[in-house]
Amino acid sequence: MITGLHLLAAGGVHDLLAAGGVRDLLTSGSVHAGWNPWSDMRQMLAYHFMVNALRAGSITAVAAGLIGWFMILRGQSFAGHTLAVVGFPGAAAAIWAGLAATWGYFGACTAAAILIGSTGYRRPGGEAAGESALIGTVQAFALACGLLFVALYKGFLNSLTGLLFGSFLGVTDSQVLALLAMAGIIVVVLGVIGRPLLFASVDPDVARARGVPAQFVSAAFLVLLGVATAEVSQITGSLLVFALLVMPAATAHRITPRPVLGLALSVAVALLVVWIGLGLAFYSVYPVGFYITTTGLVCYLGSAAARRAATRRRAATRRRASRPDPSGLSS
Amino acid sequence: MTGRAPLLAAPITQMFSQAFEVRALVAGSAIAVAAGLVGYFLVLRNQVFTGDALSHVAFTGALAALAAGVDLRIGLFAGCVIFGVAMGALGRDGRADDVVIGNVFAWVLGLGVFFLTLYTTGAGGGDGTAGVNVLFGSIYGLSAAQTAVAVAVAAGVVLAVVAAARPLLFASVDPAVARARGLPVGALGIAFLALVGVTAGEATQAVGALLILGLLATPAAAASRLTPNPFRALALSAIIALVAVWGGLIASYEASSLPPSFAILSITTAAYVLAAARSRRRPGPDAGSTSRLRHRGGATRPRRRR
Repeated sequence: MITGLHLLAAGGVHDLLAAGGVRDLLTSGSVHAGWNPWSDMRQMLAYHFMVNALRAGSITAVAAGLIGWFMILRGQSFAGHTLAVVGFPGAAAAIWAGLAATWGYFGACTAAAILIGSTGYRRPGGEAAGESALIGTVQAFALACGLLFVALYKGFLNSLTGLLFGSFLGVTDSQVLALLAMAGIIVVVLGVIGRPLLFASVDPDVARARGVPAQFVSAAFLVLLGVATAEVSQITGSLLVFALLVMPAATAHRITPRPVLGLALSVAVALLVVWIGLGLAFYSVYPVGFYITTTGLVCYLGSAAARRAATRRRAATRRRASRPDPSGLSS
Repeated sequence: MTGRAPLLAAPITQMFSQAFEVRALVAGSAIAVAAGLVGYFLVLRNQVFTGDALSHVAFTGALAALAAGVDLRIGLFAGCVIFGVAMGALGRDGRADDVVIGNVFAWVLGLGVFFLTLYTTGAGGGDGTAGVNVLFGSIYGLSAAQTAVAVAVAAGVVLAVVAAARPLLFASVDPAVARARGLPVGALGIAFLALVGVTAGEATQAVGALLILGLLATPAAAASRLTPNPFRALALSAIIALVAVWGGLIASYEASSLPPSFAILSITTAAYVLAAARSRRRPGPDAGSTSRLRHRGGATRPRRRR
């Protein structure tokens, strides 16, 4: 009865890094950062797995930046969190069944998004006492199911940490193509429903009165959120999806309320976070999830501090302007 | 009798001859009762979100302790209790700005992975089991001393909850009136969250940091759907948790590929689903009074101020 957990536990980060001898590469000292960022980058890009990681990360960042911006606007970050958690058992089940984890992520996240959308999602602010317990139960049980699938598929146990906390090793060319296709769908659909979605998010009542199909747009967005969550999960792992989906978007929302500028900024921050995270992870033994979350948090805190400073400066200018001019009084 | 023997992979009586099984049952029972009792108030006070947050903190705290080379449980309990008290002191359950909270929690988990790598690649040469054990529990790995500590802590939690049950119930259901009656509602709330932190640390040892809510919130949510009487629900919550732990341990003994955490959570989730189905089918006077009780608590809760 303990075999399951023991086998499960035998893996961990070491074995994860051992994939394809990459661990030797990263720990042998043959890869180390110099003082010239240009040559460092060339060294990094000399490895195909790193090029693929950067491709996948960039594709994911674009999708996450766009979807995340709308998610924050609509106050649906809790739905995003739930979808992310559901992705873990999906991926674990897919691998257990002999499929690629990608299919598990997309299948589970999209199915859960359709389910949430069809039952009528309500914002967590308005939930009753029992509802948060229900959500907690669903999340905990989903994670437990993931654990079961991992335990059932004994050969795969090594990459449990990868499923949960992300891994940039071993992204294949076909995976990059799948990510690209999904991101393309997200961008195209978002381009089509972007304006009505914005209208319906900002003022649902007026939008409905103007004939915007708010219900349909909301449901469509939830499905897009599911697809985006599945994408992000493959880079950051199920538990750290928030980092890429929420942090850049929240940063953008702090800096500007304007939609187009905000969306562009959100994508830019997401790209920055992914590149910095992957670069740092390449040159150290610590996992990519840690660097991505830390970079994201720094961006967010920086924008919050800048916003506060700007507000204070504006208030000070206003005070100075409203104060009666002493020289004018004396003359 | 002998005809039924092949039905089970191994007779249950043999289970008790294994020292680690007995330890798991003893520690699991104590933890289940504590989690069931504390969880009831957690659900009643609508603070399930705090439990969710604690699961992140438990993981990072435990791995930080391992990376620093001290006992895992020191970081586990210290992290959970300090965080619980801080959340109580800062007030509100954080729903006011879920974006900030979400950001910080994601980073806390990221920090946990950092400590995990620090521990596994450090000079101490820890193995990869630590991370998985903290995340998904390692109830079979408890030593005799660890079991004793777990039982003692759980007993302390149970005593504290039973002693404070009446004032805590009053303060949870109607804080305004309780305050008017001279009850230290604020201090009680902070003390309760400290207790939740301790319980989260305990539950992490049984089912793992990620699955805390399955033992803390699910049995309580099922119980409060079954009966409106708070004391009966309190007892029922503890019983559901206890049954789940026993059933889960027996199931994972019989089916060796079944992780105990999954088995335990399956039973609590099944209990919740059954309770929900039952209360939906018969929305009698019982269900009505429960919702009224909750509604009053929600409407007068100072959290709604913002």
